[in-house]
Amino acid sequence: MKSLFLKEINAFFGSLTGYLVLALFLISLGLIVWVFPESSVLDYGFADLEALFSYTPFVFTFLVPALSMRLISEERKTGTWELLQTSPLSLVQIILAKYLALVTLVFLAVLPTLLYAYSIIQLGDPVGNLDLAGFFGSWIGLLMIGFTFAAVGLFASALTSQQVVAFVLGVFLCFVLYFGFTALSEILSGNLAYWIEELSLSYHYISLSRGVINSKDIFFLLGMIWVFLGSSVLVLRNK
Amino acid sequence: MSLEVSHLSKFYGNQKALDEVSFSAVQGRILGFLGPNGAGKSTTMKIITGYLAADSGEVKILGENALKYPKLVSPKIGYLPENNPLYLDLYVREFLEFSAGLYGMRTSHSKEQVSELIKKTGLSTEHHKKIGQLSKGYRQRVGLARALIHDPQVLILDEPTTGLDPNQLVEIRQLIQEVATNKTVILSTHIMQEVEAICKDVVIINKGKILAASPLSELKAGSGKIELVLETEEDLDLVWFEKLEKARFGVKGKKQLVLETIDPVESRKILMQIIAERSLNLNSLNQTKKNLETLFREITNSQ
Repeated sequence: MKSLFLKEINAFFGSLTGYLVLALFLISLGLIVWVFPESSVLDYGFADLEALFSYTPFVFTFLVPALSMRLISEERKTGTWELLQTSPLSLVQIILAKYLALVTLVFLAVLPTLLYAYSIIQLGDPVGNLDLAGFFGSWIGLLMIGFTFAAVGLFASALTSQQVVAFVLGVFLCFVLYFGFTALSEILSGNLAYWIEELSLSYHYISLSRGVINSKDIFFLLGMIWVFLGSSVLVLRNK
Repeated sequence: MSLEVSHLSKFYGNQKALDEVSFSAVQGRILGFLGPNGAGKSTTMKIITGYLAADSGEVKILGENALKYPKLVSPKIGYLPENNPLYLDLYVREFLEFSAGLYGMRTSHSKEQVSELIKKTGLSTEHHKKIGQLSKGYRQRVGLARALIHDPQVLILDEPTTGLDPNQLVEIRQLIQEVATNKTVILSTHIMQEVEAICKDVVIINKGKILAASPLSELKAGSGKIELVLETEEDLDLVWFEKLEKARFGVKGKKQLVLETIDPVESRKILMQIIAERSLNLNSLNQTKKNLETLFREITNSQ
């Protein structure tokens, strides 16, 4: 499993794609947080990173499927999937190795945003004036959202041998899970609306970003990851 | 028997891809798995290696049930799939070390094994290149090295020589023969000469059915018939050769006569008599044993 994990990590950094995606991610976040007047922290006047946390999931809906699209579909297309499947690794191990590689990458992408927190702490008046609990709640929420999207993206990649289709599917699924259910719950009313909102990733994300790491939210997101990884295994087993 | 396939059946939708396929392979003898395209060769191999599930039947590898416990058996199998899929953006050495890792080999051991295989498969001059930069012949070597990385006892090679030029063909065949000693090897192909060149046993499959399974020598001897080809200056008439069964004109028309016989000495005598009686000008009289190619065509077309 380790060698497959390392191979996937190397594949990202051995080619331009990995760097490109990470660079574009950080540039777009940097622009949103520091430059664009509508969302810029500098114009906002308050020492918090609301802009970062409300926009990043949106960027993630594109970024994560871009990272995950080739993971399985490319192997299926070139036939190397057959090499993996006939090796002693079980399907679960293959999926896990690939998922962990993807998660590592998402983590690496989010890691530099800690610098933003540092900058805000320094910019605050008085210095150090940042709601750290809120920040870390959001930050962990953001990571969890990224990890959930990773499972969704991997699932999309398992569905098809066409990378582009995997990307579009991934973006769509992430979008529905994050924004779609919330929007739907706003149209509906009563208990149904409540349940649908519970399904929405953004609901749990916002709950986390209040600074309370609620086990219910964490378990919901972990459950989502489990469901999508499990579905990937099922889909591939029946092919 | 180190590999036994019995009563294997597989459906693709309504189409029966494999119909009660049974054969076995022995250690140290390369088994040629022969059949036209679409006969079920690859399907059978994919089932043996655990990539596809069978609908019924059994595969035993070194006594273990391969269909029930594919992951238990897979360390014992080296598999070169059809079209030799490889990670084109990996370096040769990197790819082989990665493959060794998949088979759970420790780094120190795998480095040694990789170096040895690179030498053995003649990749020494190319091992620092990316696989995508290699020619087809070298890629085939990389695929073969990968199949051998964990020193498997059973080697499954699906059309290992398609698309190679004549020189590469000979080299890869030699390589297969070298590595095949004390392993059980199944090699699928639709090229007859290949079977004649390196295989000791033959299994012929067509439309999912096994048509023949025996040692190559027996199969060739079993056909038993010998062809006599007579060529003359004059046009011939089939009536003259009534005494001889199954006489017919050859591809060159009325000046060429072909006949199949079990007793070539007797037939030749009769032929010479006829030639003398009619005072024909004899150009040539050739005797050929049927080769595997004609045999193959006969077997697969008679269905």
